[in-house]
Amino acid sequence: MDHLKTKNLSFAYDKKLILDDVSVDFESKKFTGIIGPNGSGKTTLAKLISKLLNVNKKTVYVNKDDLTDIKVADLAKKMAMVPQASQINYDLTVYEVVLMGRTPHLKRFQRESEEDLEIVESVMKETDTWQFKDRLIHQLSGGERQRVIIARALAQEPKILVLDEPVTYLDVHHQLQIMTLIKRLSKQRNMTIIMILHDLNYALSYCDQVLMLSDGKVYKSGNPMDVITSDYVRDVYNIDVTIIEHPVRKEPIVIY
Amino acid sequence: MIKNSKNQLFSLALLIALGISIVFACTVGPEKIPFMVSMRLLLNKIPLINQLIDISDIDQTYATILYVVRIPRVLGATLIGMALAGSGVIFQGVLRNPLAEPYVLGISSGAAFGATLMIVSGLSFTIFGMSATAIGAFIGALLTMYIVYNIARVGKNNSITVLLLSGIAISSLLSAMVSLMISMNRDQVERIVFWTMGSLSSVKMSHIELVYIPILLSVLVFLFFSRDLNVMLLGEESATSMGIDVAVLRKILLITASVATAFSVSISGIIGFVGLIVPHAMRLIVGPNHRYLTPSSLLAGSIFLIISDTIARTIIAPGQLPLGVITAIIGAPYFIYLLYRNSSISRG
Repeated sequence: MDHLKTKNLSFAYDKKLILDDVSVDFESKKFTGIIGPNGSGKTTLAKLISKLLNVNKKTVYVNKDDLTDIKVADLAKKMAMVPQASQINYDLTVYEVVLMGRTPHLKRFQRESEEDLEIVESVMKETDTWQFKDRLIHQLSGGERQRVIIARALAQEPKILVLDEPVTYLDVHHQLQIMTLIKRLSKQRNMTIIMILHDLNYALSYCDQVLMLSDGKVYKSGNPMDVITSDYVRDVYNIDVTIIEHPVRKEPIVIY
Repeated sequence: MIKNSKNQLFSLALLIALGISIVFACTVGPEKIPFMVSMRLLLNKIPLINQLIDISDIDQTYATILYVVRIPRVLGATLIGMALAGSGVIFQGVLRNPLAEPYVLGISSGAAFGATLMIVSGLSFTIFGMSATAIGAFIGALLTMYIVYNIARVGKNNSITVLLLSGIAISSLLSAMVSLMISMNRDQVERIVFWTMGSLSSVKMSHIELVYIPILLSVLVFLFFSRDLNVMLLGEESATSMGIDVAVLRKILLITASVATAFSVSISGIIGFVGLIVPHAMRLIVGPNHRYLTPSSLLAGSIFLIISDTIARTIIAPGQLPLGVITAIIGAPYFIYLLYRNSSISRG
């Protein structure tokens, strides 16, 4: 129900190859981080697996089904996507935005049922957005808005959640808040999480597995500690890093 | 929830206002017909009630004025106002651009080109009760739309921008051709200019019979996709991930809105401003939720055009003003007032 994999997936914009023969297995119920330098194809990969870009046949599979055979309306019941920092410039309340997440489960003229409203309330409480449900979406701070967008995605009740750099534009406090929230959700709801990350430390401490992309190819994938090593990071990012043990948490951390 | 019931009440108020506007517009005009006579003639056209109304004592001229001149005109204003304002909502929603309006893809200049070509060629025929000018306008509008879509389809990246820009490019080209035809046919200037400023003075019942089905069907399509349009407010990618096939939705709605506009333009000429300001004004009142925005814009568009047309045909009676002049004179200051009062319009 929630297994996603790509098989020899390639993609080009105007003959420029962005993704080159990528075969990855996003394990079910795991938190997978996608890392890699700018232009390594992370966002393109996220867009391809969530059908925001057109894929070729026999390259992406959700469980046993070819992604090209799944209608977007059906995919939306299984998979939700949180795009890169999205501005919404309309006078919509926070509640209205999250309620839209129920769209894939509703028939055209069907009104939201009690059950839909309960789901919305529970995801809003989980994301700590219930307290400002009546405020307008464009009046929120970046961190608040990002939590609303995540709540909207959760309202879809997806098995797979794809997030494209959900914390990049947030302050440290809100970054931790969202990372912890996603980690908790992946455990509580048994969701498959696929998250694009820039901060290698978040990948180390929150992800179950990491996919490192370089020039559109899979450079390494697997256990975070096996992928994020000083040698590999030097090779891919062209920087020297040291990996030490956190003095308090006793976890590995990357020092730039 | 409070807001929702307020919005429903507002739509109901607009519906009543539309009814009143239609009746009022039918009873006023340069020819003085007593109010009660107009009312009896109107009621006589309504099934069942007409059994109770005896109009045998009413002067035949009054009946002719009402049935042949006023009612078709008021019905025309109702349908065209609805089509233009509804298309405006659709264009603004689908293209996610606050400046979008029904003519944005070159439909108006295409129609003007087709109409002008017919006027200067001196051709005169009627098909299904449509004049040569109307047919020229209709074909010109649809052909332009077809060309603009296909230019945009060739350019792959960011197709909305390409669509808007190719609309502007084709518009400029066709406007230049219209100017060229005008300068070579000075004797027809008045007809051409009057046509391009819009008028309902030549609307006949046969026109109404021809356009009401396509316009009402388009309106149903607009209402049918209200929820999809709401989801589109969150952005194309979010909409896709919520199960909306954005490319298909865009194609269906743009074609429907364009066809509704083409039918309107063919019988009334180019009436500016309705499709731009009515949706914006309604958005300020009911908000961006298309469940309320679309119906209230449809109703307000009709009311606005009925009132504007009533002014156009009465204020310098027996002369008539071009309708586009009135819609701009009433519409622009009101729109500026709304902008001044509420800065949220800039957010689209």
